[in-house]
Parts: sequence; structure tokens; C-alpha cells
Amino acid sequence: MSQPSVLLLRTAGTNCDEEAKFAFEQAGASVKAVHVRALCEDPKELDAHRIVVFPGGFSYGDDLGSGVVLANELSQRLAEPFARFIERGGLALGICNGFQVLVKTGMLPGSSYRASGIGSSAHATSILNTSMPATLTFNDSQRFEDRWVTLRVEKSASPFLEGSAGRLVTFPVAHGEGKFVTRNDATLKRIEDSGQVAFRYCSPTGALAGYPENPNGSPHDIAGITDETGRVLGLMPHPERHALPWQHPRWTRQGLKEEGDGMFVFRNAVNHAKRN
Amino acid sequence: MPVNNLYRIEVGLREDQPDPAAQSLPAQFQSLGLKPPERVRTVRIFWIDGAFDRAAAERLARELFADPITEKAMVDAPVYIADGSFVRIPVKSALSGSAYQELEETVARYFKNRQYNLIFDLAEVTEISSAGVGVFVGAFSEAQERGGLVLFENIRTNIQELFHSLGFMDVIVLGESKRPTAAPPPRSVEIVRKAGVMDPVVGSIRKALLDRGLTADYIGTGRKYLFWGDLSDDTLRAAGRRILANESIEEIHLDKPAPVHRITGGVEFKLVHVPLLGKNDAELAEISKRGCLSLSVAEMRAVQAHYEKSGRDPTDVELETVAQTWSEHCRHKTLKGVVNFSGPEGKKRYENLLKETIVKATEAIAHPDCLSVFKDNAGVVAFDEKWAVTFKVETHNHPSAIEPYGGAGTGIGGCIRDTLGTGLGAKPIANTDVFCFGLPNAKLDDLPPGTLHPKRVMQGVVSGVRDYGNRMGIPTVNGAVHFDPRYVGNPLVYCGSVGLLPRDKIEKAARSGDLVVVLGGRTGRDGIHGATFSSVELTHESETISSGAVQIGNAIEEKKVLDALLQARDAGLYSCVTDCGAGGLSSAIGEMGEETGAEVDLEKVPLKYAGLTYTEIWISEAQERMVLAVPPEKWPALKKLCDDEDVEATTIGTYTSDGMLRLRYNGTQVAELAMAFLHGGLPKVEREARWNGPVEAPKTALSEVRPAPAAGDLGAALQAILAHPTVASKEWIIRQYDHEVQGRTVLKPLTGARDDGPGDAAVITPLLGNPKGIALSNGLCPQFTDLDPREMAKLAVDEALRNAVAVGADPARVFILDNFSWGNTSKPEQLGSLALTCEGATEAAIAFGAPFISGKDSLNNEYAVHGQPIAIPGTLLISALALVPDVRACVTMDLKKAGNAVYLIGETREELGGSHYHLVLGKSALEGRVPRVFLSVARETYAALHAAILKGLVRACHDLSEGGLAVAAAEMAFAGELGMQIQLNKIPVADAQEYRLAPEALLFSESPSRFLVEVAPEKQAAFEAAMAGIPHAQVGFVLKEPWLTIDPAAGSTRERTGGFLHEDINELKKAWQGAF
Repeated sequence: MSQPSVLLLRTAGTNCDEEAKFAFEQAGASVKAVHVRALCEDPKELDAHRIVVFPGGFSYGDDLGSGVVLANELSQRLAEPFARFIERGGLALGICNGFQVLVKTGMLPGSSYRASGIGSSAHATSILNTSMPATLTFNDSQRFEDRWVTLRVEKSASPFLEGSAGRLVTFPVAHGEGKFVTRNDATLKRIEDSGQVAFRYCSPTGALAGYPENPNGSPHDIAGITDETGRVLGLMPHPERHALPWQHPRWTRQGLKEEGDGMFVFRNAVNHAKRN
Repeated sequence: MPVNNLYRIEVGLREDQPDPAAQSLPAQFQSLGLKPPERVRTVRIFWIDGAFDRAAAERLARELFADPITEKAMVDAPVYIADGSFVRIPVKSALSGSAYQELEETVARYFKNRQYNLIFDLAEVTEISSAGVGVFVGAFSEAQERGGLVLFENIRTNIQELFHSLGFMDVIVLGESKRPTAAPPPRSVEIVRKAGVMDPVVGSIRKALLDRGLTADYIGTGRKYLFWGDLSDDTLRAAGRRILANESIEEIHLDKPAPVHRITGGVEFKLVHVPLLGKNDAELAEISKRGCLSLSVAEMRAVQAHYEKSGRDPTDVELETVAQTWSEHCRHKTLKGVVNFSGPEGKKRYENLLKETIVKATEAIAHPDCLSVFKDNAGVVAFDEKWAVTFKVETHNHPSAIEPYGGAGTGIGGCIRDTLGTGLGAKPIANTDVFCFGLPNAKLDDLPPGTLHPKRVMQGVVSGVRDYGNRMGIPTVNGAVHFDPRYVGNPLVYCGSVGLLPRDKIEKAARSGDLVVVLGGRTGRDGIHGATFSSVELTHESETISSGAVQIGNAIEEKKVLDALLQARDAGLYSCVTDCGAGGLSSAIGEMGEETGAEVDLEKVPLKYAGLTYTEIWISEAQERMVLAVPPEKWPALKKLCDDEDVEATTIGTYTSDGMLRLRYNGTQVAELAMAFLHGGLPKVEREARWNGPVEAPKTALSEVRPAPAAGDLGAALQAILAHPTVASKEWIIRQYDHEVQGRTVLKPLTGARDDGPGDAAVITPLLGNPKGIALSNGLCPQFTDLDPREMAKLAVDEALRNAVAVGADPARVFILDNFSWGNTSKPEQLGSLALTCEGATEAAIAFGAPFISGKDSLNNEYAVHGQPIAIPGTLLISALALVPDVRACVTMDLKKAGNAVYLIGETREELGGSHYHLVLGKSALEGRVPRVFLSVARETYAALHAAILKGLVRACHDLSEGGLAVAAAEMAFAGELGMQIQLNKIPVADAQEYRLAPEALLFSESPSRFLVEVAPEKQAAFEAAMAGIPHAQVGFVLKEPWLTIDPAAGSTRERTGGFLHEDINELKKAWQGAF
């Protein structure tokens, strides 16, 4: 397969579609923007694609909390097709609002987190089953913030991060609800222990981040995670807004690089799709 | 038929979560002199009336309205249990056999009484069955989902081990430490929108319900604040009015649940004629006033004469249409009218002020890149062979004074729609915003009655622009904020929008036979007669619709319109488009059908709720609507496209060919008006204008009250200027705006080693991936208007160009916008300064070859205090859009490397009149000379500097403006985290006589057309050659050490000469960052 196809899921309030499309095209993919209404009518459309991207924005205005209304729509109408898509080896990337949507559907940190694992009581399981393992909530600063941050790529089996562990990259964040919170410490520990943390905020030299290096107060400086398979990646920072060298905020000081730091995410995804 | 139930759902954060909305409230109470609450919790309220049962409502509350981790929700009950009390359940015996059933019943009993806070004391439990564990797990989960908390205490080791093996220990909450302390019951303040006020959240809820197969007849939202700490009614009422709610759109309910506002009822159709025939002038004036028509007697007479010919009185909707079309807002009667000017320079009569000044400049320049100027919703200039860029800036001052959040949001929303309505629709790619406010440290008691505190206005405006711009996905890349006490009653909000338009989509015209299509939001009573429509008529108990004197925006609706419209444009599905702004359908259809005529069936317009009269439908200023002219054969395709995008599109009429505007309501004709009269019948306004020389604004209690630095302490003066709100860092605003979305932003509003220095202009690449760019910048200096309006205008034009050139824009391809906000121009003095401003701006534009491409005016910005009107300072905003040949050659203002040379470009003169130096010293504005622009020198300077930047000779460049050399040097230094050393005797000065300028003049003079430039040693010779013939000199070096050091001459000391400045750049940065 020479040119993998990316489905870019659009809806009311999607607004990072243009730069996400640009980054995937730079990486050698073809991109088709599909409105969620059209996908609901024809979920088979997913079969034509190897990668799905949930771009940033304010889906439905984030009127009931970030990503909630779109997550509700996907859970109610498209849960099965998306589950099959990932099972088949498809990749899904959620950026910013897309990450919020993936967490609020439960696709991140993954379906295995939704069963409680508590023993024999069927009664208990049925109730706990509805509980979500994690959420993205208000920044500690209590407001929307746009700033550039340094991230460390974590060790991960995710195809998106292949060969990049330990790399420091610079992406912008632009969000008001980016603090990743789990139901309890055990959930957080499991995400950590199973190598599902994809990106962490850090200082420009890679040291531990304080505010504003960690812009939202996420515990353990978590900026992005994958699901159990590594094929679903979500992150608050915007790799697609650092595809070009002149998008870097300090290029007039440091000079222009070959390409933007964010491109590796898209190249890895496209190369993986080509191979598989 | 299932029966409808009205549910009230409360959502709040769990007790262990911080409440962002509540955290800042105690401090806000304190700043208003109110007793602060000890603790605050906020609650979101949803009302839903739907045909589903309570279990479904509870599921919605849990799964949709509340965040699963951080929040909890209750249906028809308070989400926060008032006293937060816990019930302890000592689990007495070994929990085996059937003993668990008894426990299960106990728990169920508590839950039924909505007691969800339980403590299981397991001290005596020695063994436990799996069914017993099931009870605990069930209780734990159910309590959590209902917003309660189940704690476990005194668990024996063997039971702990059992819990561990089941995975339950990881989940449950142990110990007393987590138990919230009991407190006396809080006071509650509930806030709901007044009936008929736009609520964007309702649509999203309706959509989410539909996805779950549910429908609702009524959905409403509100919010509740719970205050602990014994607050009085007066305190809560004051806080409600001043902090929590805005009574122009919201109601406040103390300690009781807010009522549900359903809009019911309709109106019976009745055709209304307004008797004009035979009325005298006084009666005509009264009719105009009563109807909020804002038509003068001369204009009323023109209408009367027109209807005398027809032998009938006008209908109400005809009169409204005329009033709207002839309004100052739509017609710019003053600027396009006759002006008789007199001043010390003599007399001059303008037949059309705008045409003889601003427009004349554009015609004289005849710039080949101007593709469409002064005729469409925005100016259009060439970007490359295929693409054009559009630029428009608009004010939204009056609405923002009343309701800053909604006013500013709809301001930017309206300006974005102007971009969408330019040509056949431009794609918005950047926003700008410029605000003018009263001083943020004004004392509450000093504020004129009826005004909001400048800080509250500022916060509301910033949030409004943020929430609309960010949601639209358009980067806000450039702006400015100016402070003056005279803006207290009339804050200014300028919103700008840049668009990208294919050059073959510039021309448009409605054709006879095209359908009139309205697209986007529904029509309600929003903004009828704008702010003049009094909200006094609203009552708390009102079940009928109240007016929407204030408009509230819905950014997502507009984003949907944007997405659909641009696809329809590219598919060629319509022949003309314009936005629905002021004047609503009346304005949009009246303009589009001017050449053809139009017929509209008003009952076809989709409404938010029943009960609007035909006139209200016609003049409503409901947001997020566009009007199109659609060839009938294209309509099905357009309709399909809009359906796919979930955008409502409706045909409401036809463009005709007889030049008549005809309106019908359910078949009855309610208006028949000749377009020729509507657009050509307005009598010319003739006004007197006078300029009496410089005046100083009276000092009031609202003026600056900082202690002035000691005279001669130049370091202290520099710190004071840096800390002045106009100069100080606006990072807290800029960070809240997404300036990166769309990936186009190359030079950001904040720049430097830590991304926090003040950039001179933003640079974006309209075509993603293509290095050709545009720079956006501003010129704004109202502090000079009272002193010399003509020079002020030149300074503003110069500042806009200077900022653009500083980053690398081509000075030969700069296009500017004029936005005038003035006081009441029926007063000759106000119109006099406006006329001189037009002259100055024209002169500067011609000299620079920078044409005006679009503009707007907002006149009548006055506010009466004790019967004394306070006018704003005449405020001209010049917004510049300049081409950048290759963004990779751009430079930023932060110092880059120690050892590099620092040059000052341009001449310094003793021009401290109206300067920020004098301002912080508390000197009279009339003292000293106002800066002058030497236009030809400036033009040559910009050309030479641009050439040097293109050649890569410049490492950093910063323009000199407020605070002059000292402020520019300080900003460059702390932005680059490097020091700078400057020698005053090297500074190029204008002529020999002025050679020995006092140090404070050299440091703080605001002579325009100057830059500080950093040049690497190896580029110095080439740079000096490039600047040959331009006043310039190397004045110093970049230092490694963090000091800004300015001495009179090399090796001089403070003792010998005075005029010495030696400041730690970190201290200067602190002053600059600490203002807000």
C-alpha cells in the first residue's frame, strides 16, 4: 500500500482539521475529512482507512464539558465500528479535543479498564462497569492557556512512537481542560506500569516539570497516553502545529530545523500503516 | 402517550476536587469591599422536560451531565447535602450466611432518604462471604454515582487480605481523613438567563439527548453558588449584581430555586400603519423618539414627503426599514456628510468628509494590489496570483459596555461574518483585537453610576473574545490594550478578522430570479434596536418573552455556517452572500437587492420561538446568520450540503427585477418600498466642525493615582512606565487566546527566550507550508488627540507601519484600515478633531503609499456623569496588513547574542508632550512638544531597513513607541535574557540646536519612525552601507550580564554627569509583568 488513507473525523466545532490534514499529507498519507453524521449513516466508510484522526477543536462547543457531546455520540452510535477498526489493526490519533473525546468514550486508556476486576459479584460488576477510569479536567491555572511546552517521548510499544523514546520535542498546547485524572491511584499505576504513558511534560532540558512547563497540573506530568494495544494515542499538545520549522516559537533565536518536531508522530503512523 | 416530566438536575464537583469557578470568588468579594465567603461551591443546573422516567433522567445526570471522575449529580435534589453529614453503620457480626441481607436493607433505607454518605465500621467483622462483599461494593458504587461517599474504617487484617485478593482494596476509601467536615448550611444564589436570551448549551444538550433516543420539550440551564460563612442578604445581592451575574441578561435568586422560563404564547397578526401624513416637526420628532428610530426631523420629513406622494402612511415595518437603512451605523451619515470646518488654520467645507480625505488617499495611491476597497464587507488585496487576503476591523463598543462578555463575543462573531460575507466568502485565518478601558485600579466608589468596573469590563471582554475566537478555530494573533479614565463609561472593543479568498471569488451580485436564502442560526428577539431597547420591561415572573437587548453569541453555530458556506462557495452554489449584522434581514436583503428588488415571506423565516411580529422578524439582530442569493437550480444541492453539515438553510423569498422591496406575512403584504428611495432618499447631513487648539482632559477621581517617581530618577521612571497598564505585559490576556490554531502563525504575539517578550507584529502564512506571509500590526495613540489630532493620526499610521516593518514586512505593500471611535460629533469640537484626524491620516497614507482599504466609525461615545457628559478621547485605530515576501527572513525583537552591536535608527527630538514619561510623572499633557512625523524621512527609513532585513543583516529589531528608547531597550533585553549598554551621546538627534538634549528626552522622547536594531559584528559594515542616508548610529552593545546600562558617554559616571541608568533587567521585567 503506497499511500495510506487517513479518515479525519469532523463535526460541529472541529477546528484543527486543516493542520492535521497538512501534517498527514506531509507524511505521505491521503486524508479524507468525514463528518460524523456521514459516518453514522455509513460506518463502513471506516473500512477504507488505516488511520483515524480525531482533531482538536471544541466539538459541540464543549458545552457539557470537553468532548462530552461527541463522546456521547460516538458511544451511542459508533462504538462497535471503532472497536472493530482498532481490533483490525487500525490506528487512532486524538489530539487535544480529540484526546478528550477518546478518554470520554473510554477508548483511552482502553476497554480493559472499564471492567472492575472485582471478584464474583455480578451485581458489583454491573454497576462499576458504567464507571469510567479516567477523565481530562480543568487546568490547575483555571483557564485556557496557549503556550509551547517541552515533552519527553516515553518508552512505549506504540507504533506512533517507534524509535523515539527519550526524545525531547516542542509542541504547543492550547486548552482549558487538559489535566489527566484517573479514578484512583491503582488505575494511574496500571497505566504507568503497562507502558501506556506516551508523552510527559518536562523542562526544556528534560528535567521534572513545574508550572508552566506542565501547563495543566496533570499528575506525573502526563501529556498523552495510549490504549493497551498502543494503536490508540491521545495527547493534549498539538504535534500537527509543529510540522513546519517556522512554526517553532524561537526559530529566530535557534535557527530553522529541517522540519517540525511533530512530524515524527505522523511519519511513524503512516509508515506503520504502509507496513501492515 | 408518555407523560412529560420536568427534571431539575444539579451537577457539582466532588468534595475532593478543587472548584476553579469558585476559587477566585473570595478575593473578588474582598476587592469590592464585601465580606468574603469562607468557602464556595458552584453547581450547574439543567432543567429538562421530556417524556422519560426518573431512571432515565438519573442516567443522563450520571453519564452525560456529570464528569465520571470529578463530578457528581442529583436529580430533583441538591447535589451538595447541606450539612455534609455521615452516618456510621457499625457492622456488628460476622457477615456470613444471610446476615448480609439485613445490611443491604439498612443501606437501601439510607439511600432512599438520599443519605449517601456512609461509614462502615468493620471493627467487629471477622469473616465475610462473597455476597457480603457484594453489598459493600454495591453500596460503594451506588453512593459514588449519586455523589456520596462510602468510607470503611477499622478493617481487620484478614478482611483486608480478602479485599486485596478481590481487588477491592484499591478502590475503596479508607479512614476518617477523607471525611468532609460538617459546616453550617450555606446560602445559595441561583442565576438563570432571562427568557428569550440565547443559550448555546441548549442545542448541544438537545443533540446529545437525540443520540440517546430521547427528546425534550424544554431544556434550560442555570448555575448556583453556595456560600459558607454567614453572609448577609446585602452582601449576596451586591455580589450577585457585581460579580456573579449580569442583570441585563440574567436573574438572581437568593436562597430559592430559580423559576423555569418557558416561552409561550404568540401574537395575533395585525398590520400596523404609523400615521405620518400631516404631522408637524414636533410630532415627527416624537414618533422617531418613541419608536427608537433615531431619525432626525429632516429625515422624518423626507419620509413623510415620500409617503405623501403615495397618498398613504407607512407601515411600521416600512418605517423601521428606512430607519435601519438610514442609520449612522449603516450609512456613516456624519463622515459622508457635509462638514463646515473652522480652526486656526482657516475654514474648509467638505461635501463628503470621507470621500475628500480617506477615500481620496486610496484613489491617489492607486495601489495595483487593491482588488476591492470600501465596497464589500472587508477590504480585499492581492496576495499572489491565485489568492487574495481580506481585512476588516469593527467596533462593538456599546454592547460591550452593557454586557462585556456577550458584547465582545458577538463583536468578534460579527467581524468574522463580515469576512465570510466578503466576496463570495473568505476563510477567516486570523483575528486581531484592540481594547480601550478605564484604569484597572479605579475605585469602585468613584465610578459613574450604571457603569461596570473597568476590571470587570476587561475580564468580560477578554473572556468573550477568547471563547468566541477559540471556539471558531481562528487564531487571535495581534492586539493592543490602551487605558484612560475617560473610557470608563465607554470601553472600546475593536475586533479584526483576516480572510483568505480566491481571486476569482471576489465579484458577486444577486440576480433577478435568485432565491433569498437565510442560512445558520434562527431568528429571535435578539438585539432588536440594539441596546436602546430597554430591559426594564423584563420582569422576574415574566413567562412571555423578554427582549434581547443584548446579543449572546453561539460560536459553534457560526463555525458550522463557516464550514458549510466555504464548501458551497467552492461548489458555486450561490451568486451573492452577505452577513446578517446590524439591522438584520432588513439590512442584508435591502443591500443585496438594491439593484434588483426583493420579495420576502416573513413567516418562512425559522424562529427560535413563536410570538415574533413580522417587524421583529425583519429587524432582529440574531447572530450567526448569513443571507444568500441562490439560483433556483442550485437550491437542492445547497440544501443537501447544509443538511449534511447540520446547518439550517431556508428559502424566504426571491430577488425580483422591479426595484421594489416587498414583504409579506402569511400572504398579506406588509411593506412595499422602492429600493431607490430606501438607498437614495436620505437627505444629506450638514454639520459644523471646529478646532480650538490643544486641551487637557480634566483630572478626575478616576485618573491615575500611582505615586510619581522622583524627578531625575530615570530608573524609577523607566520602571513606572513599564508598569503602566498600557505598556505592561498583556501575557495574561494573550495566553488565553489560541494564537497557534490553523498552524499559520510564524511570529507570535509573545516572543523571546521564554516566549514572553512583546512582539511588534504578528506574521502568518496564509497558505500553509508556503513561506510567503503577511504581518498584522496596529497604530493607536489617543493620548495625542486632544493635543494635536492631525499629528496623532500621522503618528498612528506611522506606528502601524513601523511595527510591520520591524518584523520584516514590505513597506511598499502595506494596506491599512481606519476605525474611528469618537464622542458626540454633533458637537463642533468633536467633529473638528475628527476632521483634522482624517486629514492627518490621509496625508500619512499618501506619503507612505499605504492605501486605506476599509474602515468604520463609532460616534457618540459619551457617558453622562451627574449631567456632565464625559467623552472618550478621540480614538483612531490604524490596523495594518502588510506583505512579507518570505517569512524566513523575519526578525523578532528579543536580543540574540552578547557582543552584537546595537543601532538606533531614526532621529530623536525633544518630544515629550503627551508622553508616557510625563504621564507617570503626573505632568500636564500640555507640557512639551507633541511628537511629529517627518513622513518622507520615515518612508526612506522603512525602505532601507526593510532591505537590510531582507539581506539578513538584522538579528533583532524593535520599534520605539510609548516610553521611547528606554522602554524599547528594556523590552529587548529582558525578552532576550541579555543586557544592553547604550551611550546617550551617540544617539542621532535632529539638528545641531537640539544636540544637547536632556537625558530624559533622549531616553523617553516618543519621536516616531525609530527602531533599535541588533546587528552581528560581521554584518555591521553591510548594515551601515544599507542604512546610508538614513539617520542611524551604533549606540551600544548587547551584554552578557543582565543589566540595562545607559550612560551619557563612554566611561562617564553617575557622580560626574547625572543621567545615568543602571537597572537589572530581571527587575525591569518584574515591573513590566506585575501590572495586572
